[in-house]
Amino acid sequence: MPSFVFMVLLLGWPTVVGIREAFMGPDGFTLANWERMAAEPRFWEAVRNTLLLIVVVIPIQFVLAFGMALLLQSRLRGSRLYFYLWAVPLAVSDLAAGLVWLSIFTDRGYLNSVLAALGLGDGFSWLSYQHHSTMLLAVVLAEIWRSTSLVLIIVVAGMQMIPREYDEAAQVFGGGAWQRVRHVILPLVKPNLQVALILRMIMAMQSFAVAQALTGRNFPLLVGETYEWFAALQNPAVAGAVALVVLGVSLVASITCLRVLRQPEAEVRLR
Amino acid sequence: MTAVETEKTSRAGDALPPVDRGPLRRRRRVRSLQQLAAVAITLFMGVPVYLIALAALSSRTALNDFPKSFLPTGLSTTTIRAFLSSTGIGPATFNSVASGLLTVLLALVIGAPAGYALARYVFRGRDAYQLVLLLTRALPIVVLSIPLAQLFLNTGVYDTVTAVVLIHTALALPTTVLITASIFVSVPRDVEEAALIFGCTRFGAFRRVVLPLAVPGLAASSVFTFVLSWNEVLGAAVITLDHRTLPAQVLTSLQQSPLAYRFAGGFLLVIPALVFIALMRRYLLNMWGTRAG
Repeated sequence: MPSFVFMVLLLGWPTVVGIREAFMGPDGFTLANWERMAAEPRFWEAVRNTLLLIVVVIPIQFVLAFGMALLLQSRLRGSRLYFYLWAVPLAVSDLAAGLVWLSIFTDRGYLNSVLAALGLGDGFSWLSYQHHSTMLLAVVLAEIWRSTSLVLIIVVAGMQMIPREYDEAAQVFGGGAWQRVRHVILPLVKPNLQVALILRMIMAMQSFAVAQALTGRNFPLLVGETYEWFAALQNPAVAGAVALVVLGVSLVASITCLRVLRQPEAEVRLR
Repeated sequence: MTAVETEKTSRAGDALPPVDRGPLRRRRRVRSLQQLAAVAITLFMGVPVYLIALAALSSRTALNDFPKSFLPTGLSTTTIRAFLSSTGIGPATFNSVASGLLTVLLALVIGAPAGYALARYVFRGRDAYQLVLLLTRALPIVVLSIPLAQLFLNTGVYDTVTAVVLIHTALALPTTVLITASIFVSVPRDVEEAALIFGCTRFGAFRRVVLPLAVPGLAASSVFTFVLSWNEVLGAAVITLDHRTLPAQVLTSLQQSPLAYRFAGGFLLVIPALVFIALMRRYLLNMWGTRAG
């Protein structure tokens, strides 16, 4: 299997080297890199921001994506067009998404234009480092805009696998719309939600260009810090340490998702 | 519900005991609420794209206006042209396209046979292999790119298109293998066996029968790989210095560049997304089917 060799070479080996590197100083094993990483206040800020972003974005976007999928399933007029438009951000990179929302949130951008036209204030600096909450708001909106499509696609794929009869049966037995969603659709798309959740966790841990494009370095995220250590500060060892934090958190998050969601899924299968 | 039908119901209502039109009305209200929600979401998804296009296609004076106009009044291509002629953008675009195409090629050459094997044969370690594929998806590119940068520095491929292609292929491979496997699974085994019976060799049967049937799906997976490579920022930024890809170039010159440059860059990065989704609409759902789990 040439693909296997290739992947071991390009994925497995660098990981091992990366782990070793992060613990190595000029004279053997050391924790100095980790201490330097932890001593940097920006690191903790980045940890906080990254987790905050995940906690805020993921619930909102799952509810949103689920609602969008239900709308698509209800076969509205023009739903093919809706599907196309809603899927577009799927192919937009996080850098591009950041730049798109920059045009809206920048000081003389479109949002302030609307506000000025309505006579509400004359230019609020949404992205200034003095306003941490609006900075977070901008990054959250951009992230939701960019990555909800992925969740949507996965959920819709799951919903299409549900035989129509199930829903019809529930309807015949007098299930209201809410009950049908809660007891028929939700359990059946649970595996898809799980896949989506894990993918999104991993992606959210890795996003940084959105924040970089919107706020420069005012809103540090973990991966952005890695890049900063590597490129600007020329310190690959500490960069590697930060990268390993990202890896560790992603792994723990994915495994937790699998564990927590496995129980109900097994139940569905038994039924 | 059409007007004619409503009329019919009301006329029937005259002759017979009054019809309870509550459910009908409620249904219509739900429909229009749904339609409203769909339009609102569409605006949320679409308006930013419109605005970046507007910003990128505005003349410099229109960009400096405040409040900005929301209608395409000051259209001009000066902003885009200024962006395209600024240092590094031309070569960076070329690098992006080249590494995208080469990544597609390499990923297919390496990944498609693996996908085929996964779909057709039961071999030892098949489950383990699939598990490894899934695990690699969880591997953040930051973890890879830094050791790889050092490896590439030592071997002299650092800062070349080759380096970018290698790292993007590694990223794209798991997905390529899984997608191609699901494509080959959907090509019926019977046709392949029929070809074998009629005297094709194994390879001949693959080339003449399986491949033509799989081509649309393979094309879709190629587009996917291309976009992955086109969008990838971090790895490319770490692995190159003078021969940047377009996103890496935009990222690294972000801080020193005027807003017009950033808008034009953002717009150019978004365009392929529009094309990509248009091309891929049919395949989007298959790709994330249950196999992903």
